[in-house]
Amino acid sequence: MSSRIACHECDLLQIIPALPEKASARCVRCGAVLYRRKPNSINRTLAWTFTGLIFFVLANCLPFLAMKSGGFVQETKLVTGIIQLFKQGLPGVSALVMLTCVIFPLLDMAGTLYVLLPLKLNRAPRGAPRVFRLIQHIRLWGMVEIFMLGILVALVKLAKMAEIIPGLALYSFIALMFAIAAAANNLDSHLIWEKLGRKI
Amino acid sequence: MNPTSLTARKANLVSCHVCHLLSRAATTHCPRCGSSLHQRKVNSIARTWALLIAACICYIPANVLPMTISSTLGSKQTDTIMSGVIYFIHSGSWEIALVIFIASIFVPLIKMFILAFLLISIHFRIRWKPRDRTRLYRLTEAVGRWSMVDVYVVTILVGLVHLGALANVDAGPAAFYFAAVVVITMFAAESFDPRLIWDVMEQ
Repeated sequence: MSSRIACHECDLLQIIPALPEKASARCVRCGAVLYRRKPNSINRTLAWTFTGLIFFVLANCLPFLAMKSGGFVQETKLVTGIIQLFKQGLPGVSALVMLTCVIFPLLDMAGTLYVLLPLKLNRAPRGAPRVFRLIQHIRLWGMVEIFMLGILVALVKLAKMAEIIPGLALYSFIALMFAIAAAANNLDSHLIWEKLGRKI
Repeated sequence: MNPTSLTARKANLVSCHVCHLLSRAATTHCPRCGSSLHQRKVNSIARTWALLIAACICYIPANVLPMTISSTLGSKQTDTIMSGVIYFIHSGSWEIALVIFIASIFVPLIKMFILAFLLISIHFRIRWKPRDRTRLYRLTEAVGRWSMVDVYVVTILVGLVHLGALANVDAGPAAFYFAAVVVITMFAAESFDPRLIWDVMEQ
C-alpha cells in the first residue's frame, strides 16, 4: 500500500510507495528514515516479547552477581544496588535506575502484548491507541542494553579486587536485552497504527 | 533541492508526532491515536534552551563532586568521574577508560554543544547545510542515552560491595547531578524540533 506522510524531521510531504520486504523509505530532503517494512511483524514481535517476559522474570528472581573476597561471599540480586542507593540517601537516582531498567522494559513488553495479541486475533483491545502511544514514549527510556554495558565496566573494575561469580540472572538479563532489541526491531508501528485506525 | 517541494504546514496539514497520521491544520487531537496536534513542538526553542542551561549547571557538580566513596580496611578513597577514567588508564584497561570517557564526559559535552549550535543557527536563520544539521540532531538523540552507563556502574558497585569494614562502596553526590545531566539533556533533545531547521529554507 502507498501512503502520504510528512517527514517527522523536516515536514516535507511525500508519498511512500509499496515497499518490498525489509526495504526502507527515506525522506528525499533530509534523509530521515520514514518507514521500514518488516516482514511478519506481528508474529515475530509477539514471539520476542513473550521470550523477553520469561527472561525478565528470571533476571529479577535469580541471583545476579556474587562477590567472593577473603572468605566472604556476597550475593546480590538485580534490585540490590537500587535498594542500596535508596538507603544511602539517593532516592532520585535509585528511582531512575528502577524505572529505566525494570519498570519501563516491563511496561513496554506488557503494553506490546496488550495491543498486539488482540490484533493478531483480529480484535481491537479497549484503549489500544492510548496504550500504544504510551509505550512509544516509554521505549525511549528503557535502557537495558546500557545497564549491560555498566555491568561489564563494573566487573572489570572489581576483577582486581575480588572474585566475581556471575549468576543465572546475569545470563537471563543478557537474553532479555537481545529479546527486547529483537522485538523492537520487528515491530512495525506504522502497520499497527494503520490497523488500529481501521478499527476505530 | 526541489524548489516546488511542499511541506505539511504549507499544504494546511498537520502531522501527528506519535502515529504520523496527517490531519487538517485546525484539528486539535489526532483522530487515530488521540495525542494533541501541533504544527511544531510547542515552545520548542525556549524549552530546549531552558533545559540546556539547567544541564550545563548540573554538569559542574557532576564532574567536581565524588561519584563514589570507597573504603577498604579503614582507608577512604573518593572518586570523581575523571579520576575513575585515570584509574582505568593506570590499571591497564584503556578500553574501559575510553568507554567511560566517551560516555560520561565526551557525549554529554558534545550533546550540549550541538544543541546550543542548532538553537543558535535557528535563531540567526542560517541556511547552511540543513541536511547535515538534521543529521547532527539525529546523532545527539541516538547517542545521549548511553551516558547513563556511569550511573549504572555506580548502582552495581554499591549493590555488590558492602562488606562492612572490609570493603564498602557508597554512592557520592555526583551520581545525582550526573543522572540529572543525562535526563535533562534527553528531555532537551526531545523538546527540540528539527523541522525548525528547515522552516527557514522555505522563505
